[in-house]
Amino acid sequence: MGLKNLGRTSRKNLVTYLIAVLAFVILEGMVLTGNISNMLEGQLVPICAYVIAAVSLNLTVGILGELSLGHAGFMSVGAFAGALFSVSMEDTITVTWLRFVLALIIGAVAAGAMGVLIGIPVLRLQGDYLAIVTLAFGEIIKNVLNAVYLGVDENGLHFSMKDSIALGLSENGKVLIKGAQGIVGTPRDSTFIWGFALVMLTLFIVLNLIKSRTGRAVMSIRDNRIAAESVGINITKYKMIAFSLSAALAGVAGVLYAHSFSSLVASKFDYNLSIQILVFVVLGGIGSIRGSMIAAAVLTVLPEMLRSFSEYRMLVYAIVLIVMMIFNQSPKMVEWRKRVFAGRLKGAGHNAAKKGGA
Amino acid sequence: MALLEVSNLGIAFGGLQAVDKVDLRLEQGGLYGLIGPNGAGKTTVFNMLTGVYKPTEGDIILDGKNITGKPPATISKAGIARTFQNIRLFGGMTVLDNVKVGLHNQVKYSTFTAVLRLPPFFEREREMRGQAMGLLKIFGLENDAKQMASNLPYGKQRKLEIARALATNPKLLLLDEPAAGMNPSETEELMETVRFVREHFGITILLIEHDMSFVMGLCEQITVLDYGRIIAAGTPEMVRNDPKVIAAYLGG
Repeated sequence: MGLKNLGRTSRKNLVTYLIAVLAFVILEGMVLTGNISNMLEGQLVPICAYVIAAVSLNLTVGILGELSLGHAGFMSVGAFAGALFSVSMEDTITVTWLRFVLALIIGAVAAGAMGVLIGIPVLRLQGDYLAIVTLAFGEIIKNVLNAVYLGVDENGLHFSMKDSIALGLSENGKVLIKGAQGIVGTPRDSTFIWGFALVMLTLFIVLNLIKSRTGRAVMSIRDNRIAAESVGINITKYKMIAFSLSAALAGVAGVLYAHSFSSLVASKFDYNLSIQILVFVVLGGIGSIRGSMIAAAVLTVLPEMLRSFSEYRMLVYAIVLIVMMIFNQSPKMVEWRKRVFAGRLKGAGHNAAKKGGA
Repeated sequence: MALLEVSNLGIAFGGLQAVDKVDLRLEQGGLYGLIGPNGAGKTTVFNMLTGVYKPTEGDIILDGKNITGKPPATISKAGIARTFQNIRLFGGMTVLDNVKVGLHNQVKYSTFTAVLRLPPFFEREREMRGQAMGLLKIFGLENDAKQMASNLPYGKQRKLEIARALATNPKLLLLDEPAAGMNPSETEELMETVRFVREHFGITILLIEHDMSFVMGLCEQITVLDYGRIIAAGTPEMVRNDPKVIAAYLGG
């Protein structure tokens, strides 16, 4: 199959998939041959979760063009729904992969439903207002999850917002969600291979969506809402599709994340995490799916790698952020990058100095 | 029955009556002009016809269907397409994709089909591409298909906007100052294009324009607005010699 037969976008997408595969092969090789530090090995699944979160946020920020600051909230909904399922079904469903797949579906659906619910009021807003309200919703989700107590005994489920004693469980009862202590004893079902598979699935969904009738409708709203309406695009519908799909994929990231640690607390998913995911998206280039993926991976590993620099760690991190910003956004660098990489990809000269892209 | 019947159309913004008691009657296949001084309410009429503004009074009947106050997307599906005075393209998308967005309600497949890349996706995309390229060819834009819309020169952007509007398969096309910013030879070419579009697509066209040679040379019927009211209507000949129009707009 000649690369030339593919369109420009398809070729770009292919490179994105290849980068993901290559990174996976190298890292998995390092794991199998034991050439990986414990620290990095422990980060592999979270990296995948952050990549999925960043790519899904880019759907809202880059493709729909609305700034969302509550992405961690959707991650936590997915994480809690998935982990809750796995904890309560640990003895019933013993086939690990089946339990994990079901947890993923439940997490995605729960987060997607939350996306629809929050989307109804939020998507009436635009710009800064939308950003602030999503920030608030993210915090609300976190605080509510922080206060929830849920237990189970032979009489069924018990729910309280007070404490675990208020649940009134019988002696054989089991507390599933313990307020601020969250969920304990989640089976550690997610592996690096699962993480990679889910990254590929996310890329597949998002990249295919962008280059389709639906993706074009969403981007037309981003570029000019009035013109989009004038050619018959149902604004509410397509905003909702993009926003809820973005939330559902964040839910997948949450499930993956939750199943890589045995305990899960809601306070992990605060606005700092939302901002961190947004940093991945902005530094990778708004609207660039490949950029989000790379930025999420690099910026997750980096602070850990820099531990040996002790107090200079954050300084180096900041410098890397600035360098990435220049590399990705400065018009001269973009021009240079396009020239060098486009030339290498296609062989023949291709002066594709165009903005955006996947 | 006329294609578009507008009766007693009016809109007030607070205390300002921007458009008042406007009646329009457009026959199928006709070429109509809407002229008048700046601030007369011409674009406001367009905005009401396309659902951007909700009229405070009056009715808009398209092809026997009452579309008064319906949302823009519904009106687009009912068969009215438009261009904008200040060009509104999807700047971050290619020229081809701009037209494909216009085809949104003409060639359809579901989001599910798109994500899973099921066979109908490829079929419909091919169909869309064919139709979009056909439209681009009419406007001489086929070689710019892969350009970003925002990178096109001004004249081509105007043409692309018309191509995108036509992609929605309209019965009525509204052009808001299509010749604005064009030089005489470009204007001449645009006249040819508008005539061709009317013949080729068999649609009705209503346009706003300040270039009098363009309007007079092209339109069969002209309506003149001043301060939101119709002060004259008729053939170019009649309008040109109407003392009220000369006083308000054309000048002596």
